Amino acid sequence: MPAAAKSSDAPKPASSKSGSAVASLSIEDEVRAYREMLLIRRFEEKAGQLYGMGLIGGFCHLYIGQEAVVVGMQMALEEGDQIITAYRDHGHMLVTGMDPKGIMAELTGRRSGFSKGKGGSMHMFSIEKNFYGGHGIVGAQVSLGTGIAFANRYRENRRVCLTYFGDGAANQGQVYESFNMAELWKLPVVYVIENNKYAMGTAVSRASAQTDFSKRGASFNIPGEQVDGMDVRAVKAAGDRAVKFAREGNGPYILEMLTYRYRGHSMSDPAKYRTKDEVDKFRNEHDPITMIRARLIETKRASEDELKKIDGEVRTIVNEAAEFASSDPEPDVSELWTDVTR
Amino acid sequence: MAELTYRDAVARGIAQEMARDPDVVFLGEDVAKAGGVFKATVGLLEQFGPLRVRDTPISEQAILGAAMGAAMTGLKPIAEIMFSDFFAVCFDYIANEFPKSRYMSNGQTKCPLVVRTGNGAGSRFGAQHSQSVENWCMMIPGLKVVAPSNPRDVIGLLAAAVRDPDPVIFLEHKSLYATKGEVPDGEIVDTLGTASIVRPGKDATILALALMVPRALAAAEKLKAEHHIDCEVIDVRSLVPLDTQTILGSLARTHRLFTVEENPRLCGWGAEIVSIAADEGFYDLDGPPVRITTPHIPLPAADILEDIALPTVDRIADRVKRSLGA
Repeated sequence: MPAAAKSSDAPKPASSKSGSAVASLSIEDEVRAYREMLLIRRFEEKAGQLYGMGLIGGFCHLYIGQEAVVVGMQMALEEGDQIITAYRDHGHMLVTGMDPKGIMAELTGRRSGFSKGKGGSMHMFSIEKNFYGGHGIVGAQVSLGTGIAFANRYRENRRVCLTYFGDGAANQGQVYESFNMAELWKLPVVYVIENNKYAMGTAVSRASAQTDFSKRGASFNIPGEQVDGMDVRAVKAAGDRAVKFAREGNGPYILEMLTYRYRGHSMSDPAKYRTKDEVDKFRNEHDPITMIRARLIETKRASEDELKKIDGEVRTIVNEAAEFASSDPEPDVSELWTDVTR
Repeated sequence: MAELTYRDAVARGIAQEMARDPDVVFLGEDVAKAGGVFKATVGLLEQFGPLRVRDTPISEQAILGAAMGAAMTGLKPIAEIMFSDFFAVCFDYIANEFPKSRYMSNGQTKCPLVVRTGNGAGSRFGAQHSQSVENWCMMIPGLKVVAPSNPRDVIGLLAAAVRDPDPVIFLEHKSLYATKGEVPDGEIVDTLGTASIVRPGKDATILALALMVPRALAAAEKLKAEHHIDCEVIDVRSLVPLDTQTILGSLARTHRLFTVEENPRLCGWGAEIVSIAADEGFYDLDGPPVRITTPHIPLPAADILEDIALPTVDRIADRVKRSLGA
């Protein structure tokens, strides 16, 4: 076995080289970013609890640890821009403004869920919020996002499609077919590669010959950069650059977000393939929410009381979502037959 | 009324839909500048321009993924997969993406696209370019599957497929591209899920699809001339939705059922229809239903081998004759 594949090759947090030019956020944006990241964190913790209680079944992939990525990227978008992602999708939906009650109710398989309980954790959509799912096959959404961008180009509507996928999906073939097509046709798509260090249970270094995913578009001339995905300011700044590039008709752009997933791949994964020390290091030293909270206090942009108020509001939203998702009726059995075809 | 080849009907059908709806875009390998590998899309680039008629890289997954992404936003793409055998290369989109999006999204994301493809044997292309893959598609809930046998149906069913709000697999038969047929002037729009009785008869019902339709018709004429057996031939045209009313209605009149299928034997479309007949038309049957198919083998390239693999006019006629005890 090559030396590089040894277990001692533990993932490291993003170095300062990435996102070196960290943009400063306005006070409003920074407080909003804190609130939205916290909402995702608390929502996911609650989903984990409901799963443990048996109220949620099937697959459930939590986003805890990666919150800064979607929050920062969403802040780089304009009204009408689209997003599409894979199955670790709860955070992506929450930042678009989709109702937490509808998301949680989908997790519990209830009739007011975004897909009336027929999609589950991995398959929710909101065309109203320009969220195109919610896809279960690793890498498939990359071609779909490219197609959404193709439609944008066709309509000349100056919209950009954010297409999220993971370090695992980055090794699937259709990703490269899509890269080629997107650059060839100069499609307005930003590929956001969420490198959370593990493709299910396999570390990046054990699955990828080129572990710098920002270079994965190099042979198609697609520019890319690595970003500290634990720092929402760095994400927002990189997002601004990439989205502007795509919107102005220059073609696709790749952002590799260096991030970390605290929980297992799904609820059924005890994550024995990594050490507790490794997880603790990220949690204790690089947690995106702890960092922004400390920064807000330190720079006196927000007071402890103000942040506590936000904490309370977020808890209320999540508790109400959980309560709704526990009491909402199950779908009518007739739903089995609806929306198969028109 | 004009006489048109099946291949020219493809181009006319696409043009008809592109002219009436700016949301229709057409993409595929070699479809624009080269006019299609089977020359079935000649002239479309010149008529509609490179934004709407697009040559793609040889990337079947990206072609179908792009088509679906665009369809989710409301465009109505027609995507060409050059040979239906290549469905296996991009089957994720056909099996997991197109047909599930409406169901999984509570009806929010629709997938109004058409995948056109060259299906079937007869050109000595060998095992990887000659398959009949209709059963790969019809087994997936959420897909519609049609296969025209003549130029008029090409135009009408293509129009119906493009205007349908669901994903439609449109199987063109490679060995029919050069065949000719009468086509009325003006717009032609057909209806999915309708079979057509192409030869009325009273002694037996023969169901056929695509290239097997002219063979079933020739077999019926032979049976009439040589054995006074009067067969009804039905062009199934649409496998999903399936016109069970026309099929079972014919069975109720003739009391015998034959299917002529180009696909390899296991799980062919005829097996499903025989199963439906057993369920819903059992007491109309005066004898066992008979499936006439290609054997369960990969397709060979050599003339003599490919010719005997597919159901021939003689084999169809002989099988019907023996079953009827004539």
